[in-house]
Amino acid sequence: MVERSKVRVLVAKPGLDGHDRGAKVVARALRDAGFEVIYTGIRQTPEQIVESVVQEDVDVLGISILSGAHMVLIPKILKLLEERGLKVNEDVLVIAGGIIPPDDAEELEKMGVAKVFGPGSPIEEIIRFIDENVPKLKKFREN
Amino acid sequence: MLDGLIERMLNGDKRATARLITLVENDEEKAREIISKIYPYTGNAYIVGITGPPGAGKSTLLDKLIRVAREEGKVVGVIAIDPTSPFTGGALLGDRIRMQRHSTDPGVFIRSMATRGSLGGLAKATSDAIKVLDAYGCDVIFVETVGVGQIEIDIVKTADTVVLVTVPGLGDDIQAIKAGLMEIADVFVINKADKEGADATYFELNLMLDLEKERWERRGWRPPIVETVATTMRGIRDLWKAIQEHREFLEGSGEIERKRKFRAEEEVKTIISGKIAKMISERLDEDEVSGLIERIVKREIDPYSAADLVLEKTLGVKV
Repeated sequence: MVERSKVRVLVAKPGLDGHDRGAKVVARALRDAGFEVIYTGIRQTPEQIVESVVQEDVDVLGISILSGAHMVLIPKILKLLEERGLKVNEDVLVIAGGIIPPDDAEELEKMGVAKVFGPGSPIEEIIRFIDENVPKLKKFREN
Repeated sequence: MLDGLIERMLNGDKRATARLITLVENDEEKAREIISKIYPYTGNAYIVGITGPPGAGKSTLLDKLIRVAREEGKVVGVIAIDPTSPFTGGALLGDRIRMQRHSTDPGVFIRSMATRGSLGGLAKATSDAIKVLDAYGCDVIFVETVGVGQIEIDIVKTADTVVLVTVPGLGDDIQAIKAGLMEIADVFVINKADKEGADATYFELNLMLDLEKERWERRGWRPPIVETVATTMRGIRDLWKAIQEHREFLEGSGEIERKRKFRAEEEVKTIISGKIAKMISERLDEDEVSGLIERIVKREIDPYSAADLVLEKTLGVKV
């Protein structure tokens, strides 16, 4: 397992809704689990999120989205990551949470989102997922 | 791998720069190699420290300072530090929230760092991260400390100009004359100056400076007090001007050389004591130490003598 305090997670909130309670609860729980969490606040554009991923050199990007625009915003973020030379699941793990119907979740996971966590997902599940998948990223395999 | 990253960083690649900062933060061996390779490319950035109590508005002020520096075409680096929990090792870094509008500006690089056990208001790898941003090509690097109280003053060993941000209504005039934090400011800021009590805070700071006339006359610089309302830009240009005047003073008086010598000395001392501590802990005979601890608890030996015994044995020299 990679030492949690050296794992950096960006919790991002794209879109126009201001419902950040969920994102904050997750950010705080990940902090309490020992991760280094970067929170960027509400109403972030995909461009701002991707630039933050680059400058902060995070290992995990957690996207929280409740506005219903996930099928527009998440593919946009994935595309921008690719344009910046960041391969999902290779350079950065992308996970998502919020109100995302199962069919959409399935499609997003096909596009490269490592896992979509729906409402009521136990936080332990998210933590376990990060613990299990971060060591598979290229930068940790190299060391 | 490192040479490729360094080359890309020197060519202005943000991803390589970010990766190098992670490496200097996580890996001591690589940090050493990276710093010796990039050192010749450093020394061009001007370093401004922003410190003050939690909630004073440091990040918001910084957001506005970035804007003004960008108007002048400067390439800006930001290192924003928040605390690591001493209990879980986790951290929530939230300074970026206030500065996100600059995220997509090619001339700005913002990095959040956690203290990771360091107690002086900065992260352990702050000075190495500054060197990476300096070599990357930043003209000015702002370092925002954690919210500080009275003695977290490592920033003075790191920055060329230290800006101390305070707000009205934090305490009586005795708070302002205590030792520590107040002594390290090159520029004072009273942020949220539209709040009640701003005048009183100004008066108290000014009085404190009057009482220390001798000290700043000797230095040749009386720290100015700038009133700001960061959310509305009020006073921000005056603050930027004050920072630049301080820089001109440092450069004109040769004080900058003295500061940089002091900084290099502190840095080398920190590295030496870190290495010695590591050497000792690697060679420590755990069984002997726990035996000694039993004896200390039983009052058979005092802690000082026990420490001397251990050191003499591990270092092989009389202490």
